[in-house]
Amino acid sequence: MVLFLQQMINGLSVGSIYALIALGYTMVYGIIKLINFAHGELMMTGAYFAFLIVVTSGLPFLIVVPLSMLLAAVFSVVIERIAYKPIRKAPRISALITAIGVSLFLQNLAQVIFKADPKIMPELIDKRPIDIGPLQISTVTLTTLALAIVFMVILEIFIKKSKPGKAMRAVSEDKDAAILMGINVNRTISLTFAIGSALGALAGVLYAITYTQVFPTMGVMPGLKAFVAAVLGGIGFIPGAVLGGFTIGMVETFSRAYISSQWSDAIVFGLLIVVLLFKPTGILGRNEKEKV
Amino acid sequence: MYQQNKGDNKLKAKKLTLLLTLMVLLATVLSGCGGAAGGEPDTIKLGVIGPLTGDYSMYGTAVANAAQLAADEINAAGGIDGKQVEIIAYDSKGDKTEAVNAYNRLRDQDKIVALIGGTFSGTTLSIKEIAKADNMPVLTPTATNGEVTLDAANIFRACYTDPYQGSTAAVFAAEELKATKAAVLYNIEDPYSEGLAVAFDEQFSTIGTVTNYEGYTKNDADFRAILTKIAAEEPDVLFLPDYIAKVGVILSQVEELGLNVVAIGGDGWDGIEGDYAEVAEGHYFANHYAKTDESAIVQDFISAYEAKFESSPNALAALAYDSTFIMKSAIEAAGSTEAEAIITALAATDMSGVTGHVTFDENGDPIKSISIIQVVSGEHVLAAKVSGK
Repeated sequence: MVLFLQQMINGLSVGSIYALIALGYTMVYGIIKLINFAHGELMMTGAYFAFLIVVTSGLPFLIVVPLSMLLAAVFSVVIERIAYKPIRKAPRISALITAIGVSLFLQNLAQVIFKADPKIMPELIDKRPIDIGPLQISTVTLTTLALAIVFMVILEIFIKKSKPGKAMRAVSEDKDAAILMGINVNRTISLTFAIGSALGALAGVLYAITYTQVFPTMGVMPGLKAFVAAVLGGIGFIPGAVLGGFTIGMVETFSRAYISSQWSDAIVFGLLIVVLLFKPTGILGRNEKEKV
Repeated sequence: MYQQNKGDNKLKAKKLTLLLTLMVLLATVLSGCGGAAGGEPDTIKLGVIGPLTGDYSMYGTAVANAAQLAADEINAAGGIDGKQVEIIAYDSKGDKTEAVNAYNRLRDQDKIVALIGGTFSGTTLSIKEIAKADNMPVLTPTATNGEVTLDAANIFRACYTDPYQGSTAAVFAAEELKATKAAVLYNIEDPYSEGLAVAFDEQFSTIGTVTNYEGYTKNDADFRAILTKIAAEEPDVLFLPDYIAKVGVILSQVEELGLNVVAIGGDGWDGIEGDYAEVAEGHYFANHYAKTDESAIVQDFISAYEAKFESSPNALAALAYDSTFIMKSAIEAAGSTEAEAIITALAATDMSGVTGHVTFDENGDPIKSISIIQVVSGEHVLAAKVSGK
């Protein structure tokens, strides 16, 4: 029983990182119907920003995180303006291909600038196991969970209560009507990208601290799994991303623990196939005409 | 009419841009295919293949640097029969396809006389058949997988093999560390890691119990689930036969989870005190030489390497240094750069190097001893020396 609970904690920690990345996917899809395949790379960018900041200035964790989130947000808005905005009227396949292109470009750019060998992330969080009864949680796991939940709650409040948040919901429901209502669509879309990428960057920093390494292709696998998570929960639907992220984290951890570590990836991606076959709108997805 | 003209011009402009872009791309690609100039006939060219960039760059650069150091020393002493030695090193990135491409370039464009490489077992195995067909004299400084030298008279290695390393680690665990239960966690995508794991498992099962035998893939970063599962069985020792990039991550999670287990690794751990000194503290690994070895040849090599490259040489550097000298003495003994003569001379090698005395058995494997190193306060401390079979 203790083992089971311990594995559950592992699963929650892995899942919270996937949930943070999945949020970015789902928000962007919700608003402009684009699967931003470069999102994993934005997570990688956030990690590199954090690495650079820490290595050059030695600032503490609580400053590094918001700073890298901000930098990543700005960076993603630039990308959106250059790569995605010009093709907003084009068929969706063009945007999809562009996204893949941006993803490859960013990976190789990082490789050229930073070289492919993994950089070691300095310890921003003092890594110790904390004993709660017979269970052990590491400080990093707790921080990851805490930050993930805090930001998800903030996001939810922002979307529901604030004006820009309402604008985002309006644009995702009906873009033309939103224009008629006087909403600045371009700014709203940029804001969506910025927030989604900030969350992805947060995930990137936490990932780098948890797994100690920053390297150009670090966003590929987590990005892919977060995409599965977003689809699983219902793409375009924020609570769905959270649910999907934690589900995938649990599935992966429990497959590793009880089935076989070699099969865990196959099971996660197999789940994607099953979901798309039987419930393409995802677990929480409602809108019948929204299929990936 | 006006609209049509405007459209036409736009289309023309687009076509022109496309054409220009294609031309630039083509030019860039073609310029990469420049042929190498035919080398001066008075140099003896030795090829080196290793990961010079990427996750494993520390291994490849160590090999290339040490080979260069050896070549410089050989040249300073007059070269081989008056001819200068030139080292040509290409990047394999740890990838099998890249390694094969590098080999082909060395053979066709640079016309090497012999190869000091690959650095990794995986890449060396991918070159093996081609090198065999070419009858190219190959001396790999560091590829430890058992199959590398089998059935290939032209391939030799300067390091001991994985099966030997793995079983010696098991013996060390049982005899020196008094371990009765061991767990194995290895990289299923790497022949090096698998070779060590299999050998350890076979040997340890005869003297104790192997509680877990788990694998992971090269993309895995989260080991907490597996480690938690392993910890539940309470093994005395955890065998982690992989390279630093992965082992460092695993060890930091071992520490994070507060696991009470001693880890043992193979020679892929060498240099782990660079980035992961804290999490590697107190653990052991098998290596090819100890920096604390007092003999003159070891200390001279270490000071020369540190002076030239401003970093401490790891075991791969020591092996590459020895390999270059072994190749040099073979070419000298052969009296020519003809492949068959070099191969015969290599088989008859009998010399002492930084990594010990080297003679080759009938497979091309050296007969040497293993140093087991413990990481203490970020330094290598020799824990035990286990002699050859």
